[in-house]
Amino acid sequence: MDVQIWTYIIVGLSFALYISIAVWSRASSTKEFYVAGGGVSSLANGMATAADWMSAASFISMAGIISFAGYDGSVYLMGWTGGYVLLALLLAPYLRKFGKFTVPDFIGERYYSNVARTVAVICALFVSFTYVAGQMRGVGIVFSRFLEVDINTGVIIGMFIVLFYAVLGGMKGITYTQVAQYVILIFAYMVPAIFISIQLTGNPVPQLGFGSTLATEPGVYLLDKLDGLNRELGFAEYTNGSKSLIDVFAITFALMVGTAGLPHVIVRFFTVPKVRDARSSAGYALLFIAILYTTAPAVAAFARTNLIQTVSNQPYTTMPDWFKKWETTELIKFEDKNADGLIQYVADKDKNELKIDNDIMVLANPEIAKLPNWVIALVAAGGLAAALSTAAGLLLVISAAISHDLLKKQLMPKITEKQELLAARTASVFAVVVAGYFGIKPPGFVAAVVALAFGLAAASFFPAIVLGIFYKRMNKEGAVAGMVGGLLLMIYYILAFKFNAFGETTPKDWWFGISPEGFGTVAMFANFFISIVISAFTPPPPVRVQHLTESIRYPKGAKAATAHH
Amino acid sequence: MKTLEETEKLRQYWQRNLRILAILLGIWLLVSCFLSIFFAKELNAYHLGGFKLGFWFAQQGSIYVFLLLIVIYVRQMNSLDKQFDVDEK
Repeated sequence: MDVQIWTYIIVGLSFALYISIAVWSRASSTKEFYVAGGGVSSLANGMATAADWMSAASFISMAGIISFAGYDGSVYLMGWTGGYVLLALLLAPYLRKFGKFTVPDFIGERYYSNVARTVAVICALFVSFTYVAGQMRGVGIVFSRFLEVDINTGVIIGMFIVLFYAVLGGMKGITYTQVAQYVILIFAYMVPAIFISIQLTGNPVPQLGFGSTLATEPGVYLLDKLDGLNRELGFAEYTNGSKSLIDVFAITFALMVGTAGLPHVIVRFFTVPKVRDARSSAGYALLFIAILYTTAPAVAAFARTNLIQTVSNQPYTTMPDWFKKWETTELIKFEDKNADGLIQYVADKDKNELKIDNDIMVLANPEIAKLPNWVIALVAAGGLAAALSTAAGLLLVISAAISHDLLKKQLMPKITEKQELLAARTASVFAVVVAGYFGIKPPGFVAAVVALAFGLAAASFFPAIVLGIFYKRMNKEGAVAGMVGGLLLMIYYILAFKFNAFGETTPKDWWFGISPEGFGTVAMFANFFISIVISAFTPPPPVRVQHLTESIRYPKGAKAATAHH
Repeated sequence: MKTLEETEKLRQYWQRNLRILAILLGIWLLVSCFLSIFFAKELNAYHLGGFKLGFWFAQQGSIYVFLLLIVIYVRQMNSLDKQFDVDEK
């Protein structure tokens, strides 16, 4: 059977599965809609968190980025896993004990102020919308490449699927579809990785394979070979970085803290029954994420070795089918500058004749390694699972921020539970439509803004939540000033150095040599500093709030998440 | 109302919790920032199979350590909760 038919079958089956789960797990109360009734087991929550967290970028782009960046790509590996240590140790158990529905809910209650709540709502909406646009785009791209439909049609199909199960099932539906999506995406990621590892090194475990010797050249380690290939072509050695250490550190740290501050990740820990489940589900989540994240660098190294050996100094006319196929999507571009009919792939920009898009490394991997057609179809289903699961999680944050934190808690406190549930569903329809619009007409700044999303989460939520838990004296004046200050600083830096909004800039102008991607680290420290100083000069929080802060430190007496206290 | 003794016990529980956090986060920082970034070049002089050590920490080892840290944390806290009788029944 050809790839096309396999793709229709496998993608179709996976969609049918998501829809049946949604029908089976309809939400009938706001508690079910916001936090899946608070009865999700820590194992299931770990899987759902992993799927929620691993987006189209993790699945499709990350290995490709590492493949080209080598050691410098480590910032993503460490940044997007190390954040779970912060989540498990500093946030998840305490927020679970606090027992609310949303992150703005925590901020609003802990800082006894609707101003704080509103600031948190704005941050949550901004971070989530930025992120969700990228996911819908990812859905469109996978559809267009594998099913040969128009990108826009792909986005619209994706919208309907997400709409169906997010609106119907709320958090409950999302949680159980995410469990299914995790299984599909991890299977789709591992199968080609294992095959390729065996082909190249004879070792079936990719994590070990990429530290092994080559099957074709006994005694030569794969990574040494790759360092040599990179050197020959004029690239930086694969295992050595070319970025400044301070910037690598700042980016890694910003991604870690940003991860721990992302509302769609934090909210997952409201869905488990107990404080101890919140702790252990953070562990499960990282375990499930680590399976993909320790495989990705192996895939990256394999793909780069395969690629260089296939194309470097080879005649263009002898290129395999996949090369021609991906050329039509313009993800590979060849321009024979010296007209010798050979492909020169080198670091020198004037002599380089080959342009390769990051995304190709995972998407074309099965073809490059000559794997069977069903594996290629599986990768398409995996990419869709990764994009859809993240999109759904984000949509829920958006709808809860609107229906719970804006309507129920501020504008219309008198609405009944039924009306709030209706509002939540309406808000998620609205969110899907906006996300779909961004997916079809992506604003040019989307890619750049993902860095902003992490920076914003790091600069706003993380300090406010950590101080709210660990520093009883922290008051609303400090928290609000810190969030607003951190946020504005971050936005200023991005505008100034990413978009050159205030005149041309070069990396030499960066503060402390830190790129906009890593600036979240600085903005986060600024937030901590502002919060602590301002709170020292303003009155302490009311006694009631101090008791509340005290009580979240002890797991005893935790109740399932509620809307009232 | 809590008795003085209970308050003191809770205070002790919180101190123990903070100590566990400090140790684990110290390891977290050591592995991610120092072994994988600032001293990666120096560590690359050593090898682990076909991996240079600094590179291995950055792309593999740090993730395994993160996972281990959470496992240790979960176990330590669960037993601490029991010891101080603040666990959920």
